[in-house]
Amino acid sequence: MKHCALRKLCIAGMIAAGLMVSFPGALWASTGKVKLDHANIDIHDTESLRRGAKYFANYCFNCHSIRFMRYSRVAKDLDISEDDVSKTMLFTGAKIGDAMNIALDPEDAKRWFGVAPPDLSVVTRSRGVDWIYTYLRSFYKDESRPWGVNNAVFKDVAMPHVLWELQGLQEATTGTINSKEGVEHTVITGFNLIEKGKMNPDEYNNVVRDIVTFLAYVGEPTKATRLNLGRWVLGFLAVYFVVMFLLKKEYWKDVK
Amino acid sequence: MEWLKQTRDWLDERFPVMEFWRGHLSEYYAPKNFNFWYYFGSLAMLVLVIQILTGIFLTMNYKPTADTAFASVEYIMRDVKWGWLIRYLHSTGASFFFVVVYLHMFRALLYGSYRKPRELLWIFGVIIFLLLMAEAFMGYLLPWGQMSYWGAQVIISLFGAIPYIGNDLSLWIRGDFVVADATLNRFFSFHVIAFPMVLLGLVVFHLVALHSVGSNNPDGVEIKSKKNDKGIPLDGIPFHPYYTVKDMYGVVGFLIIFAAVVFYSPEMFGWFLERDNFVPANPLKTPEHIAPLWYFTPFYAILRAVPDKFLGVMAMGASIAMLFLLPWLDRSPVRSIRYKGWIFKTALALFIVSFVGLGYLGTVPATPIATGFSRLFSVLYFVFFLAMPFYSKWDKCKQPPERVKYK
Repeated sequence: MKHCALRKLCIAGMIAAGLMVSFPGALWASTGKVKLDHANIDIHDTESLRRGAKYFANYCFNCHSIRFMRYSRVAKDLDISEDDVSKTMLFTGAKIGDAMNIALDPEDAKRWFGVAPPDLSVVTRSRGVDWIYTYLRSFYKDESRPWGVNNAVFKDVAMPHVLWELQGLQEATTGTINSKEGVEHTVITGFNLIEKGKMNPDEYNNVVRDIVTFLAYVGEPTKATRLNLGRWVLGFLAVYFVVMFLLKKEYWKDVK
Repeated sequence: MEWLKQTRDWLDERFPVMEFWRGHLSEYYAPKNFNFWYYFGSLAMLVLVIQILTGIFLTMNYKPTADTAFASVEYIMRDVKWGWLIRYLHSTGASFFFVVVYLHMFRALLYGSYRKPRELLWIFGVIIFLLLMAEAFMGYLLPWGQMSYWGAQVIISLFGAIPYIGNDLSLWIRGDFVVADATLNRFFSFHVIAFPMVLLGLVVFHLVALHSVGSNNPDGVEIKSKKNDKGIPLDGIPFHPYYTVKDMYGVVGFLIIFAAVVFYSPEMFGWFLERDNFVPANPLKTPEHIAPLWYFTPFYAILRAVPDKFLGVMAMGASIAMLFLLPWLDRSPVRSIRYKGWIFKTALALFIVSFVGLGYLGTVPATPIATGFSRLFSVLYFVFFLAMPFYSKWDKCKQPPERVKYK
């Protein structure tokens, strides 16, 4: 009875804490102003990781480094032989144990693109996988931009639509919405494919998903180990907890 | 086993081993009615040890320069054997330190553990809390991500609000005109040497004070007032083995939650490791929204609630200064919430809502609505303390029992 007020306080506190935990996700989602599609990746899917590594090497790796990653680590974790990695990924004359840097000079890049392409080692940790998944599928035709494309997620991005030959070219359809203050805004509501690419939309989505999976792995190569080890640690602690509970009960038996 | 006893005696003749053992463990009597809230003191010690041990290993591999800091953290995560685990233990430990310390302080608030004769014990604790905030703030600069950088930039610039000496003072703290390599180096030095050393010293003071006055308990009655003919408190039990075994049980329970976060959600949805901190520090690019980590946000919200920058800094300082005054603000005839009346319980409930509310508001952009609520909660925060001498006196309290209640 005397603890009743206290218990209510605790419950209120927990609800408040729960709200706080669930909130930042909502905030991030709102900063992009575009609803992000769920990437639905599986970092344990080795096949997807291997395909993603291949696509990354072919389409992204010319301009974007992943300098905290080593070729040999990719070979080991993705179960690809070092020979294969050398043939398919090693373009810069680097050694297998080297960090995955690019040959592109940042000064040149700045001159050509206006901004040096960022390193993508931890991009999935700063942007989130859903953002990248949506971003790579949201290029649309915009003749006012230097590369003829703009992006719905990253407005006026300096990057060209590198995967153009796979996806084709799409056009944005727009609509208007009224903001809370009653001001009309033009927003992108969807895309129409106006030039077919080599792949149909489903195939293209899978390619992007593979790339995102690979980048998620690059963002934290030890994640699979971490999740796996966690089971053992928690299992051990659970047993230990029971032992300590019984031990405590045994000692406290004589406290009256 | 004779040799073991001989070794002990040999040591004891030269160093007060047994005196220490008896005085602080086997013949240190603690009230037998400790409840859930009493785990957090020993857990704070545990987290301190985790932080120091993991910190030592991180220091072996971390490079404190503006050019290499961010990369060295990523190399720790990838190339150092078990580096990812050490780093996650340390980053999760930082947040859990505050979880544990906030709950430990809340316990004192519930049961009046700061009341006479434990004022100094409480004050040492508040100083530890302050040092911990400084330690965490400086540690957060070290990964040299965008939030590290801009968080430090914002907080250090607060010193600039002090009249006359402000700008020189913040320049002196940074060692440069903006947060830069010099700042990183000195923060590293403070984080790994100066603050841990002072922190450890104060923990010793905190424990010495505790063992000198003895623990309070959920009933808030003094166990030392009822002793048997041997001078042992009737409601006291030896700390060892009863509380050592009970605290061990608490430690394992804590580690389950701790490990669940370390292994399954080390970012804790951006609350423990912020997303923007995976972008290397860039002095030329201010992030859209700068928010300190969750454990600072209640005080940050108070700072932002005040329209004037200098007064805001003063208000933030005052919000912590209130804690130092607490032992003399509470004039209730009883210590524990169990015997306090509805006025205190209501005040405490409002205080919790304000504190948690401020904590939330400190994380969001300062919209007019958010600022309005921040102001309301800031006022409530201060009213809880400043009106305490009055409402704690008026409150209708129940008569506490002669001895502690157990079972």
